[in-house]
Amino acid sequence: MMLLTCPWCGPRNSTEFRFGGESHPRPRPDAATPEEWRDYLYFATNPRGWSRETWYHGSGCRRYFAIERHTETNEHRAIDERRAAEARR
Amino acid sequence: MHPTNGRVNGHHRRNGTPRYSAWSLVQHGLTGAEWSRAWRAHPMRKSYDVVIVGGGVHGLATAYYLATNHGIRNIAVLEKGYIGGGGSGRNTAILRSNYLTPEGVRFYDRSIKLYERLAADLNFNVMFSQRGHLTLAHNDASLRTMHWRAEVNKLQNVDSEVIGPDKIKELVPYLDTSTTTRYPILGALYHPPGGIIRHDAVVWGYARTADANGVHIHQKTEVTGIDVEGGRVTGVQTDQGRIATPVVVNCTAGWATLISDMAGVRMPVQTFPLQAAVTEPVKPFLDTVVVSGTLHVYVSQTDRGELVFGASVDPFASYSMRGSLEFTEGVAGHVLELMPAVSKMRLLRQWAGLCDMTPDYSPIMGPTEVEGFYVDVGWGTYGFKAGPVSGEAMADCIANQRPPEIISAFGIDRFLQGRLVGEKGAAAVGH
Repeated sequence: MMLLTCPWCGPRNSTEFRFGGESHPRPRPDAATPEEWRDYLYFATNPRGWSRETWYHGSGCRRYFAIERHTETNEHRAIDERRAAEARR
Repeated sequence: MHPTNGRVNGHHRRNGTPRYSAWSLVQHGLTGAEWSRAWRAHPMRKSYDVVIVGGGVHGLATAYYLATNHGIRNIAVLEKGYIGGGGSGRNTAILRSNYLTPEGVRFYDRSIKLYERLAADLNFNVMFSQRGHLTLAHNDASLRTMHWRAEVNKLQNVDSEVIGPDKIKELVPYLDTSTTTRYPILGALYHPPGGIIRHDAVVWGYARTADANGVHIHQKTEVTGIDVEGGRVTGVQTDQGRIATPVVVNCTAGWATLISDMAGVRMPVQTFPLQAAVTEPVKPFLDTVVVSGTLHVYVSQTDRGELVFGASVDPFASYSMRGSLEFTEGVAGHVLELMPAVSKMRLLRQWAGLCDMTPDYSPIMGPTEVEGFYVDVGWGTYGFKAGPVSGEAMADCIANQRPPEIISAFGIDRFLQGRLVGEKGAAAVGH
């Protein structure tokens, strides 16, 4: 049992949502190499810890949203854009 | 395949490990003498020819076949916890080879063949019970897939056929085969060589015989880093010290990405928990293994009389091995749709194992871009069935430095070339 906080609907049971996997930026279709497509389509970071993910609130507002979740404890938090930018740097 | 499979010049007991036999049982029974330890603890050497990370059935089988088929004996198997404590001890112990792709069928058929003679090869009772395996079809689409699978299986010489509700009722009288259920049973894929095995015994048997052949098993030894210099593996860092080695094999299932990351090898693997549960023991009433893809459940009765239930993987990626109420509710409801008579039985316990899922539901086996770093991962929900054949093939791959034909379709390069081996339709329950 996991409560997940939808940014629009608030905390709901995880059975209302569909897991969309890790979110990675999509490569540019006109410039991407086969390696970039492989990385985007198949490879996963699969971290044991905090992960940036896409979820779909299928039984609620039916919107997609991004969230950070800890893959071992299932704690989650809204994405802090500043922290995300620091992580990318 | 190697002609001397699993045996060195006809005998495989070395270092004075005593044989188990009916006579030794009587002797120990009468004298009350202690049994000698099945495998020993060794001090860690400074270097090994091969270091295998992960002491489950895959890692230990790889060590065993390297030692017995190829004479490579200076091997360490490193296990973070205790051997067989990961997926090898958390699966539902079902064996079968009725897959959908010819690659998959051939591969698992070889595994069943090895399992059939494993008790003799290892001198260890692995309690393999070939009681038959039924995959139920509840709609026309799955019945069509069953026919497809049966034909692929027959072409590969695997015993498999589609049977109707009457024959199903004969095999499993407690199944509700009436037409008034929510998901009526239209037919089933019947696979007589399938069955169940004692999974711990498989791990212990491999460990004992690998140990007798000079393999060092280091439990409670966690790998903390892999040394790579100039694109080659040179050693492994552990919490017990550094080991120099030219070859590292990653057999860590759900933790595969974490180990591969240490060597700088990226993996198309995501870790999902798969839950299972077991009931209190009752008298034998269920002979075959019963699987329903539509209801996401598989049921078998162990030799002790407990019913073992399994399901599909949890709906989101996680390294958590806690049980969930959704799973218990779901599995109980689905079992009752199949067998209403078991409604008064109580669950004893539930648990989860970590599955390393790949995009095409097929494993990733063989060398990687880092020389000396081999992977045997991506087993997802059916790694246990493949233990012996993966060990045999990985040992061949390491000893001859190229993947043998039986695993050539499972290389990591397939994701770049787009040669995926789609095994999704044949997994026991939908993913």
